[in-house]
Amino acid sequence: MAAETVPEPDEHAEVRATARRRRAENIQLLCFFVLVALIPIFVRNPFHLHILIFIGLNLMLTVGLNLLMGYAGQVSLGHAAFYGLGAYTSGILTATYGWNPWLGMLAGLVLTCIVAWLVGKPTLHLKGHYLAMATLGVGIIVHVVFRQWTPVTGGSAGLTEIPSMTLFGYEITSRMHVQYYYFVWAWVALTMVLCANLVVSRPGRALRALHDSELAAQTLGIATSRYKVRVFVLTAAFASIAGTLYAHSSMRFLSPTPFDFHTSIALLVMVVLGGAGTLWGPVLGTLTVTALHEVLRPYTNWDIVIYGLILMVLMIAMPGGLSRAFGSIWGWITRLAGRGERDDT
Amino acid sequence: MSRTVLQVEGLTKSFGGLKAVQDVGFEVREGQIKALIGPNGAGKTTIFNAITNVLRADAGSVLFDDRELLGLASHQIAKLGIARTFQTTRLFDHMTVLENVMVGRHIRGHTNMLTAALRIFGAGAEEREARNVAMQTLEQAGLAHLAARHGAELPIGQRRLVEVARALASGPKLLLMDEPAAGLNMRETEQMGEIINDIRDGGVTVLLVEHDMSLVMEISDEILVLDRGAVIAEGPPSEVRADERVLAAYLGQEVSD
Repeated sequence: MAAETVPEPDEHAEVRATARRRRAENIQLLCFFVLVALIPIFVRNPFHLHILIFIGLNLMLTVGLNLLMGYAGQVSLGHAAFYGLGAYTSGILTATYGWNPWLGMLAGLVLTCIVAWLVGKPTLHLKGHYLAMATLGVGIIVHVVFRQWTPVTGGSAGLTEIPSMTLFGYEITSRMHVQYYYFVWAWVALTMVLCANLVVSRPGRALRALHDSELAAQTLGIATSRYKVRVFVLTAAFASIAGTLYAHSSMRFLSPTPFDFHTSIALLVMVVLGGAGTLWGPVLGTLTVTALHEVLRPYTNWDIVIYGLILMVLMIAMPGGLSRAFGSIWGWITRLAGRGERDDT
Repeated sequence: MSRTVLQVEGLTKSFGGLKAVQDVGFEVREGQIKALIGPNGAGKTTIFNAITNVLRADAGSVLFDDRELLGLASHQIAKLGIARTFQTTRLFDHMTVLENVMVGRHIRGHTNMLTAALRIFGAGAEEREARNVAMQTLEQAGLAHLAARHGAELPIGQRRLVEVARALASGPKLLLMDEPAAGLNMRETEQMGEIINDIRDGGVTVLLVEHDMSLVMEISDEILVLDRGAVIAEGPPSEVRADERVLAAYLGQEVSD
């Protein structure tokens, strides 16, 4: 029987173990961001910094997508469209109408959330993969609009002369990329911390619960459709912000190509390869796929074959994704080192 | 006798041409253990599904504490104080046992996505409270040692117990149990009987569907017998056991088998 009295905090060993795991995750996150902060000391090459900025933007997308797919079990095949909406809305408003980039970001955010809500609301209360189909459609439509609405978006030729991002009056899109690197990675850190907090909370558990059994979740008082719509809109919002950051990066140029169906699929691959539903999955997946992409760049025409083969082998060898595979290897090492026995008692 | 908690009237549900439940009416009084029994296909689980609106009833009325439930969504019904377990257990297999029971605390919490992500407005305190109450619930159910295990790892007996603990964590007034002893061995069934008694003694009214007749006869205060979607008998175990229509329904089924 559930008593209403609250016992002394953390009295039980299992409760303490959970708290310890949570602290370990926080420390891992902190170490990761310290590492990220130290990178520009060693990496001075603007091209390399540019790639690292790009990885950060992808990470904002995959961390959100992981929340949606890995935790809540809902598939979006159109995340590149939300990324693009954030980019183009802010790009157009700043380049053509002279808005402040921050207002551009806000406008992109509002527009993206409205579109995501309009897509999610009718499809997410249905059973089955209707969201995947609807987002696939939206992705294609949005991409066509970017390409064809030439007077506004610049069409295939692209949108040029997008102004820099400013922070307290300073332009932070410099040619050396360092400021923008920190600016983007601050957003990445925010996204990752928010998501990490969310998954171990009441609404986060509700998302994971409806993933496993929607019926059981409902009979425990979880408004499952509402949660699905909210998490979908939230991840679209992350994508939109990443898009705005992309638009105001050093390229100062937008073309429709980065926001097509291929990007949506690439993001999906990053999440699944890294390990959907884990804290570090999106990080490992994003790094691996981006690195593969760069390494295979010289092998034109063969790159897509090699890329496909590597992904196939990885997924067969470690179906739970890289982060779970690393987790098992780490567990194995600690057991070998005799530390595991102490932890288990 | 104590007041009525659940009042079902004229409940009807068809699947195509098959009338699964036909004009069923009964009452559950506060502090009772009431059992729904009947041959397979009698409509027992359909009644549970209609009460919790997992399936929408075609007609009838279900009053819980004088509130009409038909037309409310499942999650709203849960908030009013009705919890249930399932014939085939539905644990959240990718979550730990502790987290499963914490989901049971969902309706007692207030943290939303924003306050949870930002850890503001008491989100941390609520999280600690949910964890502690869930742990306490597990301890009382003798499941504390399983807290860190995943739902998918457990054998059926423990899955049933965890599901019961999860339902109880929400602090319900009425607990619907769909075949709580299915798949359990004799010792586990006996233990489940004791647990159901404890639940009632703790102030929760219990309505259960069960095929294990010795368990039903032992723990029920009242039994409702269904056959082909209709009520054929109702009363305390001693009366129901002697009822000719009940015997006919069960024996008839055995002959046809």
